[in-house]
Amino acid sequence: MRAGVIVFPGSNCDRDLAEALRAAGADVTMVWHKDSSLPEGLDVVAVPGGFSFGDYLRCGAIAARSPVSSALVDHAKKGGYVIGICNGFQILTETGLLPGALMRNAGLKFVCRSADLEVVTSDSVFTGGYQAGQVVSYPVAHHDGNYVADQALVAHLEAEDRVAFRYVDNPNGSVGDIAGILSENRRVLGLMPHPERAVDSLQGSSDGAPMFAALSALLENA
Amino acid sequence: MKAMVHVMLKQGVLDPQGEAVRSALGSLGFDDVENVRQGKYLEIELAETDRERAEARVREMCEKLLANTVIESYSVEIG
Repeated sequence: MRAGVIVFPGSNCDRDLAEALRAAGADVTMVWHKDSSLPEGLDVVAVPGGFSFGDYLRCGAIAARSPVSSALVDHAKKGGYVIGICNGFQILTETGLLPGALMRNAGLKFVCRSADLEVVTSDSVFTGGYQAGQVVSYPVAHHDGNYVADQALVAHLEAEDRVAFRYVDNPNGSVGDIAGILSENRRVLGLMPHPERAVDSLQGSSDGAPMFAALSALLENA
Repeated sequence: MKAMVHVMLKQGVLDPQGEAVRSALGSLGFDDVENVRQGKYLEIELAETDRERAEARVREMCEKLLANTVIESYSVEIG
């Protein structure tokens, strides 16, 4: 599996994400935000967490308009795989690759703790290593993770089995306890919690490891 | 030419920051405050001298970057 991890000014989970992908056997290339094209032959592009461009204007808004993001959108539109975690999820909604928006946590506080999540669907390369209904623990660390979508969109996501993860105990006010969603072709995943911070028991949980292992296994055979 | 842009959360989108401001005003004794909505205000200096073209240009900026039209609405005033 060939993976690219995009680095924006203010990204701070880029190296954790690269390590998690490497541990699953990926050949990882870091991609700078000013690059207007992605390296050839990437199977998956990963958009990391952090505070790209200082969260100026809106979280992810400036990053979503940087040169590399056009290439990212092209990659996704051609059927490429994309995962966006935390700020990466915010960036994916700002590019329009995923619907809805992420706004300030309902409790107004930055939430930084482990969160139990229900894996809602195992029907994606990202969640194929889990059973639907399984509960996993990933860390959450965000101020703007409150997923907002109108009722029609939530019903649409649920009808298409595109809610990937739900919070067991909602930390941020997200509609429908939604923690992560898939694109229509199920090849783009955005989620607020951090699977890359839970890939080794030294991190307190290795529940994120199956995500990267399944991704790697499925893409190796693709 | 100067454009003045207001970006606000759409009606119906819960505004937790506005609600916190309302609550803080209440605790200062301003208990007649019924609702607060918080938004952004931007001033944009433009080289364009034609009002209509300037407004069209700024509206395009709002659609493409300044507002997230999923959750926000905007208004443009040319000064």
